[in-house]
Amino acid sequence: MKRYSAFAVAREALRYHTGWERAWRSPEPKRRYDVIIVGAGGHGLATAYFLGKNFGITNVAVLEKGWLGGGNTGRNTTIIRSNYLQDPSAAIYEKARSLYETMSQDLNYNVMFSPRGVIMLAQTEHEVRGYKRTAHANALQGVQTEWIEPARVKELVPIINLEGPRYPVLGGLWQERGGTARHDAVAWGYARACSAMGMDIIQKCEVTGVRSENGRVVGVDTTKGAIDCDKLGMVVAGNCSHLSEMAGFRLPVESVALQALVSEPIKPCMDVVVMANTVHGYMSQSDKGEMVIGGGTDGFNNYTQRGSFHHIEETVRALNETFPMVSRLKMLRQWGGIVDVTGDRSPLISKTPVDNIFVNAGWGTGGFKAIPGSGWAMAELMATGHSPLAEEFSMMRFKEGKFIDESVAAGVAH
Amino acid sequence: MLILECPYCGVKAEETELAAGGEAHLKRFGPGSSDEEFHDYLFMRENPKGVHFERWRHANGCGKWFHAARCTMTLEVFGTYSAQTTEPPKEIQDKISEKRPNWTWRDVK
Repeated sequence: MKRYSAFAVAREALRYHTGWERAWRSPEPKRRYDVIIVGAGGHGLATAYFLGKNFGITNVAVLEKGWLGGGNTGRNTTIIRSNYLQDPSAAIYEKARSLYETMSQDLNYNVMFSPRGVIMLAQTEHEVRGYKRTAHANALQGVQTEWIEPARVKELVPIINLEGPRYPVLGGLWQERGGTARHDAVAWGYARACSAMGMDIIQKCEVTGVRSENGRVVGVDTTKGAIDCDKLGMVVAGNCSHLSEMAGFRLPVESVALQALVSEPIKPCMDVVVMANTVHGYMSQSDKGEMVIGGGTDGFNNYTQRGSFHHIEETVRALNETFPMVSRLKMLRQWGGIVDVTGDRSPLISKTPVDNIFVNAGWGTGGFKAIPGSGWAMAELMATGHSPLAEEFSMMRFKEGKFIDESVAAGVAH
Repeated sequence: MLILECPYCGVKAEETELAAGGEAHLKRFGPGSSDEEFHDYLFMRENPKGVHFERWRHANGCGKWFHAARCTMTLEVFGTYSAQTTEPPKEIQDKISEKRPNWTWRDVK
């Protein structure tokens, strides 16, 4: 792999950019790998990357039924933050956030991480209490956040209307080190690094069956033939129930559609990320100038990657009240992704009833921000059988009543 | 836009008039059941790619709960029916079989 650098750009400029090589190889699958990862999204590729980087396991295949990063990795609103209430969540999201800080250097790939700061608006008295509590919890967890008053919110976000008709802004939870990153580049950067370590990324290769003998996985059937493996990692979103069924067990998740939309590009007007959980809307401005807007999930099971129109209407209506200037914007694109939601709104990074099958799923509405931390923990779990970061996220927690209850912790937008 | 006909008041209601209530025909487990059964009842849902039975409430209408059979892959609605039943009525099952020949009514887990 040729390194990207300022020198490389200058060199290619002189020879009409004919020397750039493909960022990753697209090989045909081998008969057997030590580890197979299903799902070449951010989480799957990060898992493969850390298996190679931290544990020297490079005989790895990453299988993808569509194209690389074409699922929720390319559909999210790219927000990165770690201001969660519960200790296990704060630990893994903060690990992820800190890995994002050096990701461009580590991968030699510009992921455009922009630590511009994230505000979560408090628009009811309950939210005020909730976010103050989260700020205290974060102080104990070593996550740098603070409670800020409305005047400071206005200073950070001049376009905001503090005196909204329904929900006035009463303050906010401010994480200065949060921000955004280019989501495609995260998947592409990891893919390039994995390929350089000799791993095979096999796109358009759908898993059609999981083979196990005596309660232990031996391989998978795919649209490109059978492939054997010692260990199998299921790192998929939107299809994890379907995949686990092939392996003969069930996961405590339900799949629903989550939507986002972007406006036409405009001049820079907001240099932080603003989330308004009471009214189900969040917004940031991309480097291109588009306002990137995310909304809430539908209430019913759905695999179509299309959401209900009235949810968009609700989101835009809410944002109109909080950011009056948005009412003059044209929206360019709208799309949906399928998110897997668990009972406590926290993910599963877990061993499964079948030996040597591991699952990393159920990230619900907040997976992108966790990608490096999730890959780090999943790789550790797969390589050593134990990961301190992943321990609490075992699927056994539902049986034991050890929930990581973020659904009422006012730390999650959904 | 999802449109369901309320089997009680007969109104063809669109989504904003309705509230989704999750999977239908759950068998409830309580005192005296095993840990496994209670866990599955609380947390395990079918989450199928395809035919799904679910509870809906005609929230901004007659206010009654009813059941709907719907495909999660195409959003096609096979029909709605009364909530006073433990499994989908035969005409709904037949209608689904007509459109999804390999479909079978699951054992209630």
